[in-house]
Amino acid sequence: MRTPPWIVGEVAISGLRVPQVSTRWNQADILGSFKARWGWGRMRYAVEPGLYAVGRPTAASPVLVSANYKVSFDRLRKTLSGLDLWILVLDTKGINVWCAAGKGTFGTEELVGRIAQVGLADVVSGRILILPQLGAPGVAAHEVLERSGFRVVYGPVRAADIPEFLRAGQKATPAMRAVRFGLWDRLILTPVELAGVLKPALILLGILFGLTLVREGFVPFPILLGATAVKAIPFLGAILAGAFFTPLLLPFIPGRAFAWKGWLLGLAWTLLYLQGTNPLWPEGWKTALLYLLLLPPIASFLAMNFTGASTFTSLSGVVKEMKIALPLQIISAGLGILVLILTLGAAL
Amino acid sequence: MRQSYLKNVVTLNLNSDKCIGCGRCLEVCPHDVFVLESGKAELRDREACMECGACARNCSEEAVTVRAGVGCAYAIAIGMLRGTEPHCGE
Ligand code: SF4
Ligand code: SF4
Repeated sequence: MRTPPWIVGEVAISGLRVPQVSTRWNQADILGSFKARWGWGRMRYAVEPGLYAVGRPTAASPVLVSANYKVSFDRLRKTLSGLDLWILVLDTKGINVWCAAGKGTFGTEELVGRIAQVGLADVVSGRILILPQLGAPGVAAHEVLERSGFRVVYGPVRAADIPEFLRAGQKATPAMRAVRFGLWDRLILTPVELAGVLKPALILLGILFGLTLVREGFVPFPILLGATAVKAIPFLGAILAGAFFTPLLLPFIPGRAFAWKGWLLGLAWTLLYLQGTNPLWPEGWKTALLYLLLLPPIASFLAMNFTGASTFTSLSGVVKEMKIALPLQIISAGLGILVLILTLGAAL
Repeated sequence: MRQSYLKNVVTLNLNSDKCIGCGRCLEVCPHDVFVLESGKAELRDREACMECGACARNCSEEAVTVRAGVGCAYAIAIGMLRGTEPHCGE
């Protein structure tokens, strides 16, 4: 295998040659992390599992454990400049530590197996492993101790806090333990949400184009395209309301359920759109009815999907929310489509 | 800012009789749900639990139980379709 550019040397210890990683990013790392944010090739962005060195570690240096999702690994090594330590990378199939812990790939089995495979007990004299706290759902610390002799200490949630954590004698402050879900955390997740709706959005555009074609007949192509674009505006607005503005404004939208919050913003957008384009509304009531039935559930559904990315929604809560919201979304959208059919597309 | 989700749905339970007060659950919980009171863990804010399962997995005494899983609409939908537990797909 070709040596990746972020491996900058080797550290020899007890007969092993451990690859040494850079604590700086090159252009490929920056581009890769950007692409991963948008969900391109996200699943294959992985680091070879095994033991790595940062700086010039010795047998007495601490050991950090990481998932092999390259974005997380890059973020970790970037915060470690000036430190000497080991990183044990587990095989989580290129998935981040939180999701991998939920699936169990960042788990007791893999950790115990990887410790034996790299011969960690011969490399370091200490018997302490520092795991990211978000890996705790997958790892039973007492079982790891029993089976490998290594004691697990859960480090901070965020990689950026690791130097501070090490300086403080491997003690995490309450702030380091708490997951945050601030404006920036939410904003940075929206590209993946938007990329996820790209395909259905294109299908929708195709349908709108078809409807326009049927209605306008064979007019010149640019006119056809223009008419389709105009028809797409209310739908694109609903998509943005659900997949972008709801995540962003989450704490400021009244209510608790994500589906409700998304529906509210979808409704707000629909009213705004109707107000702007359809001032003649007793006559335009069919259009108004169509959009009021069709657009808010789209936003609601997309907002509900954001529960997977949020850091405070429980499984029981999302199940409850879906059981109520999903049928309502389907009924509302179904009625909207019925209006569309009954008016032979004229309401659009 | 502390954000809260639906009320009265959390499945978290703590059996104080089994607890030996090791403090592991405090260490792993990302939502600061537990406190240690006179040598025993107690639930400080049960509603904040997101059912990640870290506490139950790391309690050597099996004093904590919770129905753990990803609170993700997409995963639940796939689980419903396949008739299985919530599943992220691949
Ligand atoms: S991890 Fe278990 S035994 Fe330890 S304090 Fe928490 S509940 Fe008690
Ligand atoms: S399941 Fe997770 S969030 Fe809930 S109490 Fe346990 S560690 Fe905390």
